[in-house]
Amino acid sequence: MATIQIAGKNIEVDEDGYLVNLEDWSEEVANSLAASEQVEMSPNHWEVVNFLREYYQEYKIAPMIRILTKEIGKKLGKDKGNTKYLYELYPGGPAKQACKIAGLPKPTGCV
Amino acid sequence: MAKADFELPNIENGVRVPAIKPGAMAHVKYHPASEAHLSKTGFPANRVDNWKEVALAKMNELMGKYKSLQLFLDVCVKCGACADKCHYFLGTGDPNNMPVARQELMRKVYRKNFTVGGALFGGLARAEDLTEEVLQEWMTYFHQCSQCRRCSVFCPFGIDTAEISMAAREIMDSIGAGQKYTLEIIAKVHDTGNNLGIPKNALIGTLEFLEEDVKEATGVDVKFPLDQKGAEVMLIVPSADFFSSPHVDSLVGYAKVFHAAGISYTFSSHASEFANFGMFIGSYDNTKKIATRIADAGRDLGVKRIVVGECGHAYRVAYSFWNTLAGPFDFLDKNYPVPTHICEFTEELIRRNALTLDKSANDEFTVTYHDSCNVARGSRMGTEPGGQFEIPRNILKAVCNKYVEMDPESNREKTFCCGGGGGLLSDELLEVRVKGAAPKAAALKEVMDNQGVNTMAMICAICKAQFTKVLPYYDIPMEAVAGVHQLVSNAIQLGGK
Repeated sequence: MATIQIAGKNIEVDEDGYLVNLEDWSEEVANSLAASEQVEMSPNHWEVVNFLREYYQEYKIAPMIRILTKEIGKKLGKDKGNTKYLYELYPGGPAKQACKIAGLPKPTGCV
Repeated sequence: MAKADFELPNIENGVRVPAIKPGAMAHVKYHPASEAHLSKTGFPANRVDNWKEVALAKMNELMGKYKSLQLFLDVCVKCGACADKCHYFLGTGDPNNMPVARQELMRKVYRKNFTVGGALFGGLARAEDLTEEVLQEWMTYFHQCSQCRRCSVFCPFGIDTAEISMAAREIMDSIGAGQKYTLEIIAKVHDTGNNLGIPKNALIGTLEFLEEDVKEATGVDVKFPLDQKGAEVMLIVPSADFFSSPHVDSLVGYAKVFHAAGISYTFSSHASEFANFGMFIGSYDNTKKIATRIADAGRDLGVKRIVVGECGHAYRVAYSFWNTLAGPFDFLDKNYPVPTHICEFTEELIRRNALTLDKSANDEFTVTYHDSCNVARGSRMGTEPGGQFEIPRNILKAVCNKYVEMDPESNREKTFCCGGGGGLLSDELLEVRVKGAAPKAAALKEVMDNQGVNTMAMICAICKAQFTKVLPYYDIPMEAVAGVHQLVSNAIQLGGK
């Protein structure tokens, strides 16, 4: 298993760079993962990450994209509650790239 | 436009047969499966010490079980009819992606170990032993085949490369050298009932969300019922429909059709997946186990019919293999086909004039239809030959005013795969996926440029996920990708008729 070093700590990641242990996540880790994806974290980026983490804590799975877009629309305004805006924030996709930065496992399947 | 760190095929004016580039795709490797996923799916957790003997014994066993496999290894005459028919060859130029050469990777081992000529004359008889180097070629190039079966349409002997690639993958799994993407997913289905690993409470939350969302949009109480005993229909969909976009828009479409038809239906939490990746790895045991979950769920819920959603390979499994894998389905009403495709279901309602449809709701779209390979070449739909081509098109013509066909040389029974089927929809294989999508992207681009098409409808969850990811590399927006029932959803009027 590969490891990455963040703030002097060795953190295990899988082949695609997702955290192996979800408890290794911190804001610092998120910033570092974002940097490796060439994503600069703005407050709106954090809204997405925070919601993904809240949802995951309750359901042990990432939310359906439509649940995420609706939530972001509520928080940031209706014009931002759509997939297109999420791809603007996370060009690698709201499911895969945003989950990675939020410290969630990679979604599997036909996604 | 998504940027590639590799050279993209030129898709302007169609994709031409490329110059041969030996080894062009040899660098692409899949992520190996973990011990946990291999064990969960019934394979050795690590590469076994005597892997060569085990692999050859497995090959022998498979040739005994599937006579077609040995026949396919025996009968090729190298006529070359298949050579330029594979989307991965057309997109990469790597000669090992010519179907004949891909088959040859197994055939040379077959000759060496199972034919007299090969054993006696070795290389002179184009025979080769199963060395580590050959195994590495298998690992690479049997994961650059999406098992789409396009080559078999052109082969005068009907040799099906998909079957050889499935066998190769089963042999590799049997020695503990499996692929992470497929095995992790199969392990998840065994554990949770679906590919994504959605637990029951999350599924309940998702379906409740959809009820509220559709109510907000339409003012109508469209239900998304779960585990409802005694419902008329059990609806089995790919779990991507519960997660991804645009997949979910088709899910909403199915629910609206049931609502409008007044036919009760239910999803199942035990079988919350239609996809069956067991087929991709040629594993009878895993394919059977996944199919059996669905039969068990239907029996338990006491439904009369099983209707299945927009998923290509799973429809092949259901249409062609369910009966022997998980049958008899004698608990279902014999007046309906098992399985019934959602397109068959909807089209029949349209023909009976049982749905109120407003085509103008789709006027912003000029629509074309992409035939998904496992539906086109691995199954049939309805009662007439070619129903798998006509039924989805009949629906599209009933819900859209502007419908356009793509070049039939790239569609219908000769359809080009999306490039992500057969267990290749994984990020480390992105270069293969993008290049393999070139022929279909070219066919789409042609009708976009010349006939104003802005939407390509389809009935496969893998195609939807693959195209939304790879079409932007060809400067085609991901919004061009749609499900057939997504367009039904737009047009259907829920006031009742």
